[in-house]
Amino acid sequence: MAGPRTPSLVADVHSARDAALKAIADSSDTAGLRKVAAELANKKSPLNAVRAQLGKVADAEEKKAVGRALSEASQAIEEALATAQAALEAAEFAAQVANEKMDLTEYLTESRRGTAHIVTQAMEHLEDVFVGLGFQVAEGPEVETDFYNFEALNMPASHPARSEFDTMFIEPHSPNHQPNTVLLRTHTSPVQIRVMQSWKPPIYAIMPGRVFRRDTPDATHMPVFHQIEGLVVDKGITFAHLAGIIEAFTKAFFGSDFTSRLRPSFFPFTEPSAEFDIRRANGSWIELGGCGMVHPNVLRAGGIDPEEYTGFAFGFGIDRMAKERHAVDDIREMYTNDLRFLRQFT
Amino acid sequence: MKILHSWLKEFADFGDDVEAIGDHLTALGLAVEGMDRVGATFPGVVVAEVLRLERHPDAAKVTRVYVDAGDGTERHVWCGATNMKVGDKVPLATLGTTMPDGREIARRGILGIDSEGMLCSAIELGLGSDSSGLLILPESATLGRDVFDQLGATPDVVFDLDVTRNRPDCFGHLGVARELASRMKVSLRERASATVARGAARSLPVEVHSPHACPRFTVTVMSGVVVGDSPDWIAQRLTHAGMRPINNVVDVSNLVNLELNQPNHAYDAASVASGFVVRTARDGERFVTLDGVERELVSDDLLICDGNDVPVGIAGIMGGQASEVRSDTTEIAVEIAHFDPATVARSASRLGLRTEASLRFERGVDPHGAEKAVRRFADLLSLTCPDLVVHDAMSDVRSADLVGESTPVALRPSQVRRVLGVTLDSKGLRNVLAPLGFVVGEGTDSVVVGVPSWRPDCVSEIDLVEEVARHVGYDNLGKIVPTSPVHGRLSPIQQRRRLVRQVVRGLGAHEAMPNPFLAPGDLAAVGLDESNALLLANPLVAEESVLRTSLRPGLLKAIAYNQSHRADHISVFEVGHVYPQGTEQLPDEYEALCIMIADADARVAADLWSQVSDALGVGAQLVTNEAPAGFHATRSVSLRRGKVVLGAFGEIDPAVLHRVGVVGRVACLELNLSIVLAEDVKPHAAKAVSKFPSTDFDLAFVVPDDVVASQVLRALRQAGGKLAVDVRSFDVYRGKGVPDGSRSLAYRVRLQAPDKTLTDEVVAGVRQSCIDAVAKLGGTLR
Repeated sequence: MAGPRTPSLVADVHSARDAALKAIADSSDTAGLRKVAAELANKKSPLNAVRAQLGKVADAEEKKAVGRALSEASQAIEEALATAQAALEAAEFAAQVANEKMDLTEYLTESRRGTAHIVTQAMEHLEDVFVGLGFQVAEGPEVETDFYNFEALNMPASHPARSEFDTMFIEPHSPNHQPNTVLLRTHTSPVQIRVMQSWKPPIYAIMPGRVFRRDTPDATHMPVFHQIEGLVVDKGITFAHLAGIIEAFTKAFFGSDFTSRLRPSFFPFTEPSAEFDIRRANGSWIELGGCGMVHPNVLRAGGIDPEEYTGFAFGFGIDRMAKERHAVDDIREMYTNDLRFLRQFT
Repeated sequence: MKILHSWLKEFADFGDDVEAIGDHLTALGLAVEGMDRVGATFPGVVVAEVLRLERHPDAAKVTRVYVDAGDGTERHVWCGATNMKVGDKVPLATLGTTMPDGREIARRGILGIDSEGMLCSAIELGLGSDSSGLLILPESATLGRDVFDQLGATPDVVFDLDVTRNRPDCFGHLGVARELASRMKVSLRERASATVARGAARSLPVEVHSPHACPRFTVTVMSGVVVGDSPDWIAQRLTHAGMRPINNVVDVSNLVNLELNQPNHAYDAASVASGFVVRTARDGERFVTLDGVERELVSDDLLICDGNDVPVGIAGIMGGQASEVRSDTTEIAVEIAHFDPATVARSASRLGLRTEASLRFERGVDPHGAEKAVRRFADLLSLTCPDLVVHDAMSDVRSADLVGESTPVALRPSQVRRVLGVTLDSKGLRNVLAPLGFVVGEGTDSVVVGVPSWRPDCVSEIDLVEEVARHVGYDNLGKIVPTSPVHGRLSPIQQRRRLVRQVVRGLGAHEAMPNPFLAPGDLAAVGLDESNALLLANPLVAEESVLRTSLRPGLLKAIAYNQSHRADHISVFEVGHVYPQGTEQLPDEYEALCIMIADADARVAADLWSQVSDALGVGAQLVTNEAPAGFHATRSVSLRRGKVVLGAFGEIDPAVLHRVGVVGRVACLELNLSIVLAEDVKPHAAKAVSKFPSTDFDLAFVVPDDVVASQVLRALRQAGGKLAVDVRSFDVYRGKGVPDGSRSLAYRVRLQAPDKTLTDEVVAGVRQSCIDAVAKLGGTLR
């Protein structure tokens, strides 16, 4: 009688296994599969029912055979569940993706980013180039005294060169404000004096900023415009260093195929003075700005002993650089604040 | 300054490579702004005489001119010029002539009437710069002959030089030649003097009452003068130099000026027989200058008067009509004086009268140039006046202010080395400077350099260093990039300014640069006090006479402008200086930031502040009960730190928007960057992120409108203490269920401890503290 029981239990395992595998295979979605899995895990599931009887099997051989069958069946079912789960998930995601089609080009938008004014862009570019050459950046007030704008720059009262600056003066607003002593700075050079007075050599500084001339606006001039000024004061500085910095700047800012030249000129605050031109790769020259060795009187006005230190200075307009870089026809256009103009320069 | 190649060549062998000469001039600091080839002859232009002039009823701008070109036939030419009269001899470009600009003279007519050629101006023929009318030829010109031949025209090159104001000597051809000869290493020739007859001594009495303004005054009398036309070459030379030939005496005076930079004046000697008095004008004194204009003078002006104290000229600027050389003048008195540059400059500027003479005297003329100039004057005049006699005993009054012919200036070779990086001993310095007329002494540490009197620019050592640099050549001084011992960087303020600009750009605003000059009333229109604004003493136009004290007027104008151009999404900002009056000499100038967004309300403004303050790491007291001027009184906040105003945000006052023509609402944030950027923001110390779970609870309160939301938020944060790691508002509701005058404010509070999981009791305790804290402000839990 002991014989027929064993095949029957093993057979129960096999039929339960087959039924489970079929249920798994028949699941059409992950929800159904989850239900099947839950039923299989139930204590009353056919397989678990056999497992419950296992303890009652007395014959060791038989117990072993049923145990092996149970273990093989469980493994087969787990594998089938995992495979089915993966396949059904993939199919469901694929269906979701297929159903959710969007035309993203319907949603392309205009930029919401703002822009920097092209003069600011040029100014920051210039600052970066000079910072790379070991310069710091100094600033000063736009409303200045006669002393800083003229007198300290070797242009004492009645100096003929003053008349060339088309200065705009501030109307006296108190009894102790004399006429023609407070003005809108006509160049960034007054910052040179302020830097010399407050920093100690060695000085390697650039001074960008807004300047003012009583000039009627036209395609190339504005009464309010921007300059950048450079000042180096140190021991052992010669004219060759001035030419060297101008050349290094030219290559760094405009490109390595540009070169520079200095030619004699006249400014009251530098001596020797020079105009500096840059040469494009095609050989044409562009006048860029003025420069020179700081005049001993200017060093003195800045509280620096010209017998101990020498220095050089240079300066040029920023607006024109921005105008050239972006091929703006008329400089006045840069100051209309028309958004159609401003938005172009991201 | 127009410098003629042919004229320069009289002083040295500069050769004919005008391009090379131009490069040398530029390298010397005499920048060549233009190079005109003039007097190049071409065939086909003949002398013609104007027979009659006729207007055509249908052609208002042109005249019909009938001319005879020597062949006896009358030709008809249309002409746009108006300066010709019957009998004038004029240049006729005949049919088929190719002009210098390439066009060919064709039988093109107007109104169906042919033109048989073209009458020409000086500029069309390359004979000068005058384009104002036809070139009127001398009466002596022969009809039908080639015009260039008749004028003795020779090709020349005119260099247009930008002579810097420190180099008056280069306002004369000799000065330019001296520079060029030194650079090209060719020797400068002294002119051989023609033999002009000397005559008996004739001195005119001269009294100088203003020795400072007139250090030297000389007068030379010449007789045997016959006034007439100058020879062609002189006329042509003057024309090329941009002057109009007048008569032989005036032309010679101008030639001497252009050659030697020596202004001079020839009087009819009979009219100044009483001599000269040099004195300052009396206030209100009147004088009619040579150009026929009556001018009112002041005591600053220097006058040349005759011996009877009758003015004959304004010193160094312009003479008068009464003493002019006339066609029957036979004796002339040639005045060559030296005047104080500043005196001439002041008068010329005040009178608005700039002449060839004042241009030179303002910059400085050789005070010892009289003798040479008189000689040259006589030589040139003797070409047309063979019987010219120069009388001895030139009147020559010198004052104590007259500088010497040579001024010593010490020059240290060590200084040349320090500034230029080149080593030159006294011999080397002499090689460089002597060709320019400097006398270089001996010495090792220091040499004495005698500066010639025609170089008023060289008064100190550095001026001589510059001379050395120019003549060694700037290109020969080398290029060395100095190694900066300084750490190149932007200052913290500058870095933070860039950060602000980036953040604001990220918020979508475009940087504008409005005019810092406002019209009177602009500040008042935007609700600001105008009494503390600075005014320009000399504005270009009245609409730009007020200096801004706020960036708001400029940005509102920009918005109005863009709205009128149908722009949408108008969002602009500016970083710029404003200049309110202060108590010191200079105003309380500071840098400001202003952002304005059109079609946006106060909520957007609050967001601007949140974003910008977070980026900059700055805080402020948000004062809600004092509306900043020009802002919407109930939709704005002042940003303060005690008494210090940092700025404001909110909507612009609708009345302001109406006044400046802006449509819709405008959200605005304004900040004093000078304060905000200067703040030292320390790097944040890291706080460890808790590994324990957090718990959230939501609270909604009904809060009266007079309790501001930021107060409620602050109360919740305080009540939550350290455990409240995040408190944020998620809803504001007004309407059904909430009494009028109140609104519901809802918050989510997240609690988390760094070291443990929070128990329900702790969470409940914090929640109650929060409710109690808001209750104290008058809020009730919903």
